Amino acid sequence: MRKIALAALFCVLAAPVFAQGSSPEVGAPHYGVPADPARIKAWDISIAPDGTGLPPGKGSVAEGLAIYSQKCVMCHGVDGAGKPADRLTGGIGTLTSAAPVKTVASFWPYATTLFDYTRRAMPVTTPRTLTDHETYALVAYILSVDGIVKKDAVLDAKSLPKVKMPNRDGFIDHSSITH
Amino acid sequence: MTKDSVSKTSRRGLLQAGLAGVGAIAAAPAMAQQDYITAAMKTPGRPFSPYGMPATYESGVKRLVGPPGVNPGTGSSRTPLEMLEGIITPSGLHYERHHNGVPDIDPAAHRLLIHGLVKNPLEFSIDALMRYPRISAMHFMECGGNSGANSGPTPPPLTAGGIHGLLSCSEWTGVKLSLLLDEAGVQPEGKWMLAESGDAAGLSRSIPLAAAHEVGILALYQNGERIRPEQGYPVRLLMPGWEGNLNIKWLHRLKVVPGPMNTKDETSKYSLLQPDGKSRQFNFPLPVKSTITRPSGNMTMSGAGYYEVSGLAWSGHGAIAKVEVSLDGGKTWAAADMPGPVLPQCLTKFRINWDWDGKPATIMSRATDEKGNVQPPHAVWMAQYAPGQAYQNNGIQCWAIGADNTVKNAYA
Repeated sequence: MRKIALAALFCVLAAPVFAQGSSPEVGAPHYGVPADPARIKAWDISIAPDGTGLPPGKGSVAEGLAIYSQKCVMCHGVDGAGKPADRLTGGIGTLTSAAPVKTVASFWPYATTLFDYTRRAMPVTTPRTLTDHETYALVAYILSVDGIVKKDAVLDAKSLPKVKMPNRDGFIDHSSITH
Repeated sequence: MTKDSVSKTSRRGLLQAGLAGVGAIAAAPAMAQQDYITAAMKTPGRPFSPYGMPATYESGVKRLVGPPGVNPGTGSSRTPLEMLEGIITPSGLHYERHHNGVPDIDPAAHRLLIHGLVKNPLEFSIDALMRYPRISAMHFMECGGNSGANSGPTPPPLTAGGIHGLLSCSEWTGVKLSLLLDEAGVQPEGKWMLAESGDAAGLSRSIPLAAAHEVGILALYQNGERIRPEQGYPVRLLMPGWEGNLNIKWLHRLKVVPGPMNTKDETSKYSLLQPDGKSRQFNFPLPVKSTITRPSGNMTMSGAGYYEVSGLAWSGHGAIAKVEVSLDGGKTWAAADMPGPVLPQCLTKFRINWDWDGKPATIMSRATDEKGNVQPPHAVWMAQYAPGQAYQNNGIQCWAIGADNTVKNAYA
């Protein structure tokens, strides 16, 4: 604002606007407003692979099965077998076969991604309605179908990032190619 | 071409019918002699309209809307490439790929948050973004899954748009992302940026911060008007030449982070599974590609004679350096003309003359970009990946033309 005020002053004094005959150098505009920390906290729903961002709460496999049966099974099938929506379970060991089956269990490298995606985007007709507790439980259930976590597992912010997904080392990083 | 050949045929048919009917219906030739005085000349035309639309006769030129997914807003619609001309896609025909429908966003209520590893977390209203200096550039947008139909064992009987129509090109205008990142003040540990959409899918992608700072644009305008809802109104992230999925639409949050977040769309989707079971992750610039659009799949040739063979070429790595065309199944190649603007990460038109002898022929195009990347033959592309891997297919597109005037998708 100070710069603008100074520019106005110069106008009053009839100083030339275009000293160089071209677009003048001016300071970069600053029209962002400081973001309130409490607003940021509620806004930021992303979860990093190391678990950064995971909320308090926990959920068990048994609880997850109950929620899955109520809210998920109509699209993702019994035991996550898929159809009409993506298959979630099975397919482990098929990635080098003639018919690779890419599921959460066989393909996804991080369990944190399942929490992040489920909480933000599922169920598809009513996204952003699952509680953190429900999300932990659903993740625990889906991972339990293939034995990635035990049937009596309870997942929370500490245990979820420690889950080792079968295809954790299956990705080659091409992010250095940017041009 | 279908239209041309149909209209020519029908006109010829009418003429023949008229000639044959000379004796039978005496009035017909007299009417025909006056057909240059049309109703349009005798009646005042319609008045002005606040927003113009294409001619009603062109109502067949529309997006190819795919079958609905689990819910109606999940899936895609494709640009009918073979029905269009030039390098700019009309905004209403820009392809769509939505993960949970098109949100209705009030720009007055929309905010963009920049936070994470920054000195000053900031919120920007759209009004605030409109006050920054703007840049404009013409760039293609292409879905990472475009041309995936050609990744199966047999060529599907589709049109150019049906195969390659998750591809469009616009003039985009907006604010350089670097201005806003600098305003927020990125901390040294901030190496990546998570971009998130404000739709019902909350689509999010991780992008290396250096590249985002160098080339990222917050697009507010598309082809001169505010960006369409289907393309991310009121603001979308534009990373020129990078796969469509990470050009986050309905952008409402950018978080500066130390490393990639490994979101759903950069792990389970848009990663390229190889035959060895490993997947290439973070496939940012789209590979060099081209396709002949005229003549192309499911068109009908008009018999032997002159044809302008034309099409589009593009690369996420830069400008197109050359396009070669073969009209004899890959035996001989000739450099095509590139008459229009040749711009980096932009659709580029090519054309070549052809005097078709009416015999079966397979035609194809092969693009090379300024970095020296060359479009591979279909079989070479297929061999790089696991069965069913359909992302970023840039294998050479062949069209098989028959003596019966048919044009069909072919693999070689």
